[in-house]
Amino acid sequence: MSTETRKLDRVVIRFAGDSGDGMQLTGDRFTSEAAAFGNDLATQPNFPAEIRAPQGTLPGVSSFQLHFADYDILTPGDRPDVLVAMNPAALKANVVDLPDGGILIVNTDEFTKRNLTKVGYDANPLEDESLERFQVHKVAMATLTIGALENTGLGKKDAERAKNMFALGLLSWMYHRPTEGTERFLREKFAKKPDIAEANVLAFRAGWNYGETTEAFAVTYEVAPAKLNVGTYRQITGNTATAYGIVAAAQRSKLPVVLGTYPITPASDILHELSKHKNFDITTVQAEDEIAGIGIALGASYGGALGVTSTSGPGIALKSETIGLAVMTELPLLVIDVQRGGPSTGLPTKTEQADLLQAMFGRNGESPVPVVAPRSPSDCFDAVLDACRIALKYRTPVLFLSDGAVANGSEPWLIPDVDALPDLTVEFATDPETFQPYARDPETLARPWAVPGTPGLQHRIGGLEKQDVTGNISYDPENHDKMVRLRQAKIDGIDVPDVEVEDPDGNARVLVVGWGSSYGPIGAAARRVRKLGLPVAHAHLRHLNPFPKNLGEVLSRYDKVIVPEMNLGQLALLLRAKYLVDAVSYTKVQGLPFKAEELQDVLADVIKGVSA
Amino acid sequence: MTAIDLGIPGLTGVPTTDEKQTAKDYKSDQEVRWCPGCGDYVVLNAVQSFLPSLGLKRENIVFVSGIGCSSRFPYYMNTYGMHSIHGRAPAIATGLAVSRPDLSVWVVTGDGDALSIGGNHLIHTLRRNVNLKILLFNNRIYGLTKGQYSPTSEEGKVTKSTPAGSLDHPFNPVSLALGAEASFVGRAIDSDRAGLTSVLRQAAEHRGSALVEIYQNCPIFNDGAFDVLKDADEAQRRIINVVDGEPIRFGREGEYCVVREGFGLAVAKSADVDASEIVVHDASDLNLSFALSRLSTQDLTHTVTGVFRRADRATYDDSARAQVSEAKAAKPADLAKLLHGKDTWTVVG
Repeated sequence: MSTETRKLDRVVIRFAGDSGDGMQLTGDRFTSEAAAFGNDLATQPNFPAEIRAPQGTLPGVSSFQLHFADYDILTPGDRPDVLVAMNPAALKANVVDLPDGGILIVNTDEFTKRNLTKVGYDANPLEDESLERFQVHKVAMATLTIGALENTGLGKKDAERAKNMFALGLLSWMYHRPTEGTERFLREKFAKKPDIAEANVLAFRAGWNYGETTEAFAVTYEVAPAKLNVGTYRQITGNTATAYGIVAAAQRSKLPVVLGTYPITPASDILHELSKHKNFDITTVQAEDEIAGIGIALGASYGGALGVTSTSGPGIALKSETIGLAVMTELPLLVIDVQRGGPSTGLPTKTEQADLLQAMFGRNGESPVPVVAPRSPSDCFDAVLDACRIALKYRTPVLFLSDGAVANGSEPWLIPDVDALPDLTVEFATDPETFQPYARDPETLARPWAVPGTPGLQHRIGGLEKQDVTGNISYDPENHDKMVRLRQAKIDGIDVPDVEVEDPDGNARVLVVGWGSSYGPIGAAARRVRKLGLPVAHAHLRHLNPFPKNLGEVLSRYDKVIVPEMNLGQLALLLRAKYLVDAVSYTKVQGLPFKAEELQDVLADVIKGVSA
Repeated sequence: MTAIDLGIPGLTGVPTTDEKQTAKDYKSDQEVRWCPGCGDYVVLNAVQSFLPSLGLKRENIVFVSGIGCSSRFPYYMNTYGMHSIHGRAPAIATGLAVSRPDLSVWVVTGDGDALSIGGNHLIHTLRRNVNLKILLFNNRIYGLTKGQYSPTSEEGKVTKSTPAGSLDHPFNPVSLALGAEASFVGRAIDSDRAGLTSVLRQAAEHRGSALVEIYQNCPIFNDGAFDVLKDADEAQRRIINVVDGEPIRFGREGEYCVVREGFGLAVAKSADVDASEIVVHDASDLNLSFALSRLSTQDLTHTVTGVFRRADRATYDDSARAQVSEAKAAKPADLAKLLHGKDTWTVVG
């Protein structure tokens, strides 16, 4: 029987298994294969907070979803077209997302009575009718892998571990993926253990050959390369792009960077990445706590470096007082919040956008800070560069609101020309004749950055209220009023680009406004409703404070404004307060990104309501 | 010329000046606003008088403080200064010291600031051995909040917040610092200008974290806390000033001494022991330093002053800079190369 090959424009695959099964690596490799092939792609890992939850249990399920296509896509996909389930727990946790007719590839070896009972299956779903609406492929992956590695001398247990590569090989065959990259990667990754490297390569090939030689799979699929803009691409995650943006800021400002930080999920990878790039004059200090982390960053900024601290929501709570000190001392500081589910410890490995109001207002006193949010993994690079620009130009702490979805998700990135990146050069104060610690630049309202070591500029700063111009301690009521307003005016006056509105037909009466990582699902949903003949405009905010100057005018152009957020309506609250616009909130807080299909329904309903 | 030429390890990298400096040069134009009779004045004067002797450029000296009465200190120094937030001065100063080897960085803190709210930063700074000089003004009371007990107040202390007496057992700051792996620990008394200056000088010379505890009188909320050490007769029976390499004797005529007892130390009359039994101070011996710290009791029966410990150990900031320098030497800062990484693909038109 010959295998039929079908052409598809896009596919979503989800690999799911136990957290020890290597699903993240498997997904990552398939992603690299897709990237090498020239597809557009987006990925979303989903893993438990526990490092190794009990084996075979629902809390231990780890998954990796990737969406690849022959056109530019915006999200990792709502639902998988293909689900690879390595055990009963992975099946149970993920099968609800598989649409009817979807392809389900199951590792049958793990479907033992014990494993089934562990996750509450009374009967083996592979043996009854519960999966009949899917195209089920039952593959004894562990057995086949062990068989393939029989002559390698590896013990059964070690051999069985390579079953994720068997799965990858099988999927690579099904989707006509190039294989050289993965083989090279495995040999490099296990360079110090050549027998393990060889075992993984053999398992990978065994998976491929299984597809090729058995007749179980009648159809394979091709997804042609996407037509992307001309240039050189790489795959990048949000956290890596954030780290690279900071390196770029260091280069473009010619300043050293000091990252003071404390490990926290999902922000730690920024520390890991930056700690590898000391050759760019980057010092990373893993501090004793969140407060010390930001203190170290602020101390470095005081000394003339670009101080950076990275954390998640609980860490922002601890850093609040120091952010306030940075507001008062008017020093540059980049504060990265990779948001996760809250409150408190919340959902450490899941995503949420619920720190917006904390970023805006979570300090004592009138303590305004600029807030910048990236909208996709690769956008972290440009967004964090812009956050650094603001911090350096306006001498202010800036909050960078990434989130778990953006941080761990990945997509292709058109690598920028480094010479075309913005010039972030700063000028330090040097002239003792004219120097006043709190004199202000008439355009930006920034105070001079006068670093220790500069002759004749000795002065004292601190958290106590400053006298205007001199910076001396002042308890004068009029002065305090003036300083509070000056600090606010400085932030309000920050130069941010106008928000762009995407409305291809120019006839929309409904505007959907989003911020941060919901860009993908909102954008995809907007495309879908437009295809249904329902016009909709989409504006996505990178700058949450200050808002773009044209935002009020943009909002006023539409009959209806809808604001989807992964919180209970925080941006909507700000928009309503500032622009008196009757913005409608659509909210979800499940620790997972929006699905394009759910937003499609929401938008369609609103648009129909307006037209009616 | 920098301080390395002077052979002062603690100040290596800090530019020096040939211009003659006086204490007046270190006084800022700000009116000093401590209460009349506050011990802080004495310490301020001692520091302002001592700094000119280091011959550093004034603009390369920075005082960073936390919150509390003593933390107003930077405002009165004509150097660079930051009056930061409660307990966090060591963290902020660490960031400064790591990024700026050309600065002499001093932290001014109090018993509440350093040992209560900022306890974590203090111990970790000492453990890392960041090149900071930390002056801990210990008045055994919260002054700025008007008289609550502090982590160095004696048990049973009656204050506004403890009308029935404090239940807290106090810290011995020197023992704490030694336990936190401090490479330099000293103690001085505000009223003893010569002793204070000597400890300050040794702290400045030391490369690494130097903690100097200064007993300081609060005339408003804890007046006379250290009076027994200021009475000439009492002082000579109670104060044990230690000098590295010298036998530990005290009293007007050296009639008291320190001897070994069990795993620790004890005070004896010099006449009662053989001269060979008198302990010779060795500031590099951590066990001896710790035993000396335990001779200082909360009730001030005995108080050890001088430098308890002084040991050479790599500093965090030097090591951090070395890692950066090595990385720079090993690999040029090629941004385009970094952004491209290992796996790229090119889309052509």
